[in-house]
Amino acid sequence: MELLLDSLFNGVAIGSVLLVAALGLAIVFGLMGVINLAHGELMMLGAYTTYVTQLIFKLPILKPFYNSYIIVSIFLAFIVSGVVGILLEKTIIRKLYGSPLETLLATWGVSLILQQFVRSVPLAYGTGLVISLLIGLFLPTTFPSKIKESINFKYFKFSSWIFAALTGVLTGSVISSSVSKLSRASARNVDVTAPSWMRGQVEIIGTAFPKTRLMIIVITLISVIAITLFLNQSAWGMRIRAVTQNRQMSDCLGISTEKVDIITFGIGSGLAGVAGVAVSLLGSVGPNVGGNYIVGCFMVVVLGGVGNLLGTVLASFGIGIMTDLIGAGRLLSIWPDMPLPLSNTINFFATTSMARVMIFALIVIFLQFKPTGLFPQKGRMVEN
Amino acid sequence: MRISRRILAGLATASLAVTATSCGGGGTSGSFDDTVTVGILHSLSGTMAISESTLVDTEKMAIEEINAAGGVKVGGKSYKIEYIVEDGASDWPTFAEKSKKLIDQDGVPVVFGGWTSASRKAMLPVYESKDAFLYYPIQYEAQECSNNIFYTGATPNQQSEPATDFMYKRSPAAGGDFFLVGSDYVFPRTSNTITKAQVKQLGGTVVGEDYLPLGNTEVAPIISKIKKALPEGGIIINTLNGDQNVAFFKQIQDAGITPSSGYYVMNYSIAEEEISTIGPEFLEGHYGAWNYMMSIDTPASKKFAESFKKRWGADRVVADPQESAYNMVYLWKQAVEDAGTFDDNAVREALVGQKFDAPQGPVEVMPNHHLSQTVRIGEINAEGGFTILEETGVVLPQAWNQKHPSSKGFACDWTDPSKGEKYKL
Repeated sequence: MELLLDSLFNGVAIGSVLLVAALGLAIVFGLMGVINLAHGELMMLGAYTTYVTQLIFKLPILKPFYNSYIIVSIFLAFIVSGVVGILLEKTIIRKLYGSPLETLLATWGVSLILQQFVRSVPLAYGTGLVISLLIGLFLPTTFPSKIKESINFKYFKFSSWIFAALTGVLTGSVISSSVSKLSRASARNVDVTAPSWMRGQVEIIGTAFPKTRLMIIVITLISVIAITLFLNQSAWGMRIRAVTQNRQMSDCLGISTEKVDIITFGIGSGLAGVAGVAVSLLGSVGPNVGGNYIVGCFMVVVLGGVGNLLGTVLASFGIGIMTDLIGAGRLLSIWPDMPLPLSNTINFFATTSMARVMIFALIVIFLQFKPTGLFPQKGRMVEN
Repeated sequence: MRISRRILAGLATASLAVTATSCGGGGTSGSFDDTVTVGILHSLSGTMAISESTLVDTEKMAIEEINAAGGVKVGGKSYKIEYIVEDGASDWPTFAEKSKKLIDQDGVPVVFGGWTSASRKAMLPVYESKDAFLYYPIQYEAQECSNNIFYTGATPNQQSEPATDFMYKRSPAAGGDFFLVGSDYVFPRTSNTITKAQVKQLGGTVVGEDYLPLGNTEVAPIISKIKKALPEGGIIINTLNGDQNVAFFKQIQDAGITPSSGYYVMNYSIAEEEISTIGPEFLEGHYGAWNYMMSIDTPASKKFAESFKKRWGADRVVADPQESAYNMVYLWKQAVEDAGTFDDNAVREALVGQKFDAPQGPVEVMPNHHLSQTVRIGEINAEGGFTILEETGVVLPQAWNQKHPSSKGFACDWTDPSKGEKYKL
């Protein structure tokens, strides 16, 4: 029983890291059909946001709230990655809808730019830049409709961008002068330390579970529930689903497809940022951190069936449980006296590297029989 | 097209050099008669940048020290050392490419470079085919002995063997079972083959081993294997590389694999620099084995640490790889001065037998192009340093390991033409 619980927990723990990382991609790739190779880098931005938040919460004014920095950083990471994602959609991806190969190349280029950006720009100024973007993009939308419709709106927009740039430079320099670690550019990896309440283990029914893993599972669960509710219950969620099913028809019925694209891409990117927070709890944070997950993300989305959230959830937990089952040689402890050739084979695959090989092989075999994944999309859309 | 461009570049550098020397005679660079340019080749970007950039800093410091003391004196002339730094970008083919550039285009007499074994293996054919020189400063798996590389880091018998011995006989987990963890590449696999042979000789048991593919930070399956194989605690030998250590130590501590519950990790790739990045709170009570540790209480060691802090900032630390990098610059300088020329063959001959009072204590270049060194075992303390527990005498390097089944009974000697790279003892 204890063995089973332990194994199940491990599988769920590995799976939830995959799931939280793939969730954003499931939206962007699954619903919009955009192959976003910069998804990993949006995760990386989330991870760096966690690091910056952690350092800012060490300042004397915020010190008393230090223990809650991780909660704050989840929201900040969502916003930061979301805003960068929106900018990406507005400037690059919008022009490339319907041409997947070009999108793939362009987003790969973006991923390299983002990696080099965090290497060569001090994080303090990076933070300033993000704040500028945030204000510049959202301040004009808060103007009263009278101004928005006026002929001089472009001047208002322009001046709000100037205001945004100034605020960005100001916050950049304030942060850079108050947190010395953020004032220099560095290609080095940095480290996020979980607050003390998240370190160590909790005991549930006689088995000890690491708290950070539980935290990641909780983050994943909340993200999945929130996104499901959003897609199925809210008005915008309905519009997103409508556009996914039939773009022209939705357009005719008065849904602003442009706005829907921005929101969908923004949410997908924001979720990548949340994944970045989760990933930063496990290892170190560096320019390449997202790149390590991107293949896994696509694997999960394809295996689950493009455009299906339930498929993504099941695929990631499936892969997680299989990784643990094969990689840790669980079958041997369940059935200790199995015949020799079989136990040798299992032992051979019971290393992390070989387990990965085995998982990929199994997925390839599975996709031979079900090329559209666990839950293929049904309906008219599939035919085009 | 390519060749013509190279010739052109060569002509350009040659003509530049002529102008440089023709007006250099008058003393363009202070009290020096001339300059010599050396190559420095480490990763300044990518995964390995975190570790390798510290070597660049140390090599620059050593070069500055030598220049401040009057430069290199060859044939009655004093040469100022200048350097060209190239970025290997944590990408092994790039190391080979940049090596070619340094040798062919810049015409440097020596390159100080490399960290990972993979980068060295990528560079080796370049140096052998061009008969150029690489100085390599990292402790590594050995099983290699090139006439064109000088290895100033430890071989396994100068690091892992004394460490395994300590763990099995004298650590708090003495007599316990071993579990081996490493990154999935040549150093951990070779090192662990040696460790397995040694544990068997000592009468102990290795209950499991696992390798994490480079770039992977999912340690959960390894943790459950450790817990299954060592339920009551035991000895873990860790050869993970770079920032995979961060993931490993963060996650094993959360899983309760700590010294207080009887698990002791012996690390071969974690020095003071890595302790400060991973965080001492994750590493306290675990062990490390190195030739140099910052806490060595000798004037030479203290001077080394102080000059480094003075040059690069008070928050900086020095560690074993940096000490090796420091030593190799000085050893090269001594050999060049003894040889009286920058010529490759003469320097190679003069180098063997060079002695240097290194921060770790005396070292000497042996005929197999490795150094004789002292080995130290330390316990990681809360301040982020090592508390030195044991210190061996001077240990001779084995380029071909005597415990590894494939190299038992072989040795390397470049001073004797009849012996060379690998001969039977």
